[in-house]
Amino acid sequence: MSGSVEVEQASAKADGWGSRLGVILAVAGSAVGLGNFLRFPGQAAQNGGGAFMIPYFVSLLILGIPIGWAEWTLGRRGGAHGYHSAPAILGRVSGQKAFRYLGVIGVLIPLVVYMYYVLIESWCLYYAVQYLTGGMDLGTDPGGYTKASEAVFTRATGIGGNGQLFAHGLDTENIVLIVVLVLNVWLCYRGLSAGIEKFCTYAMPVMAVCAVVVLIRVLTLGTPHPDHPERNVLAGLGYMWNPDFSRLWDFKTWLAAAGQIFFSLSVGFGVIINYASYLRRKDDVVLNGLTATATNELFEVGFGGMITIPAAFVFLGASGAVGGTFGLGFNTLPVVFQYLGPFGRWVGAIWFSMLFLAAITSSLSMLQPVTAFLTESLGVSRKRATSVLVGLVLPGVAWVMWFSKDLTALDTMDFWVGTTLIFVMGSLQLVVFAWIFGAERGIEEANHGSDARIPAWFRWVFRWVSPLFLLVVFVGFCIQSLPGYLKALADNPIALWTLGVVAVVASVLVFCVWKADERWSTDQGTERMEDAE
Amino acid sequence: MTLGGWVSMVVSLTFVWGFAAWCYAKVLRGPKA
Repeated sequence: MSGSVEVEQASAKADGWGSRLGVILAVAGSAVGLGNFLRFPGQAAQNGGGAFMIPYFVSLLILGIPIGWAEWTLGRRGGAHGYHSAPAILGRVSGQKAFRYLGVIGVLIPLVVYMYYVLIESWCLYYAVQYLTGGMDLGTDPGGYTKASEAVFTRATGIGGNGQLFAHGLDTENIVLIVVLVLNVWLCYRGLSAGIEKFCTYAMPVMAVCAVVVLIRVLTLGTPHPDHPERNVLAGLGYMWNPDFSRLWDFKTWLAAAGQIFFSLSVGFGVIINYASYLRRKDDVVLNGLTATATNELFEVGFGGMITIPAAFVFLGASGAVGGTFGLGFNTLPVVFQYLGPFGRWVGAIWFSMLFLAAITSSLSMLQPVTAFLTESLGVSRKRATSVLVGLVLPGVAWVMWFSKDLTALDTMDFWVGTTLIFVMGSLQLVVFAWIFGAERGIEEANHGSDARIPAWFRWVFRWVSPLFLLVVFVGFCIQSLPGYLKALADNPIALWTLGVVAVVASVLVFCVWKADERWSTDQGTERMEDAE
Repeated sequence: MTLGGWVSMVVSLTFVWGFAAWCYAKVLRGPKA
């Protein structure tokens, strides 16, 4: 046995989950992010309100839950052979070398998404710090709130021009970013149980408490503007929940619902397959997968659906309650908090602290699969893998920071990697699980050691329903979004260069697989099979 | 807020809270919690 494999084995033995609740909260923490509180309510309100929940829950049942189960099962299976990264696991479970290289997508996604997500995470902490220290003052003239809020956003993000963030030097926003980066790397370096699991075990309940506090404040807003009696909390809830069933006949509504489920649950991201690989074969995957999903849905529908849109509607009316993730979260809500008066400062601090916790539990989950991949592909220790990871991540973060004008680099990475490739990875995992490993065998494998059972008839869902639904959604998504982004590539060289950066990163990862190829072909892994058969 | 709004909100919230409660009750009752 080679020395590198010994290192790999030692690393594999060192890593592992401390408790069942820990792994559930870590997966849920990965899934719960800004999208739960900001993207979901915007999508629902714009796509039929309460009626949106029909395609949303249908997508959850035939897309989110099945792909999640497939990913949990593949991960645990790969882990039983001593593998923890998507390339090694997909290659091993499928028995086909090509899947090792295709599995690189499962490492590329978290790595590239991290490069811009960590910036968004730092915006959340920056806003929280500003509220806590009293630095978030939008003035006394309500007519100027929106403009002042936009100025804060421009400063925090550098959206006004390329290189602006670097020109700020060691101002608060950049110090916050450094703190966030160091915190991420440190927690990742500490490992699964002592770092990620421990952090999520505390962060998730704190996040829930923050959400409850903000929710109570929003639901008790009443009618704050006597001049606008129509702007009350019930009308705000109505704006979010009143159903428009005619929208169900619009394909875009189904596309939006399926997309929301897909991106919200972190399936096809390369994270769950990695996290599940640290389970023992006698550990549950079916109920664990459902519980992590249920936690995500609780935050998304139970909190996200009740807070953002109603709060914006009450103070700004229908026109203020629309907008994308960043618009609602970083422009609109600070205006809402300003309207709340002195108390708004503390609501703002709680809100953005909550968003920061949602973001950091997600960003940590992006570092872990890459660390595991570097460890087992290069045959190095976790410490050295973390160093390599930092070397890969920092230039990418600097790229996104520099090309901040109109958030071009961020948007390009988000579309091509954080959106398009997730569909590809989700499809790959479904194909390996349902068609190569076999749906019946896959269900049997998933049910082994699990406290809940996937019924046998579900093989039809794995084999036909989910792949076909995913295909329809993916084609619809391409028709709807690809032309605009292809045009952006042609018109904006920064977008094209950013895609070049992604290609370079992908090449490095492919090289790592190539380097490990021979070892993975002959090595049977650590074969934690004592409880496998 | 219309009746349809109330119904869709209550049904959705009942589903997500019920789903989460069922899952966590089963996990915490299980031998491997």
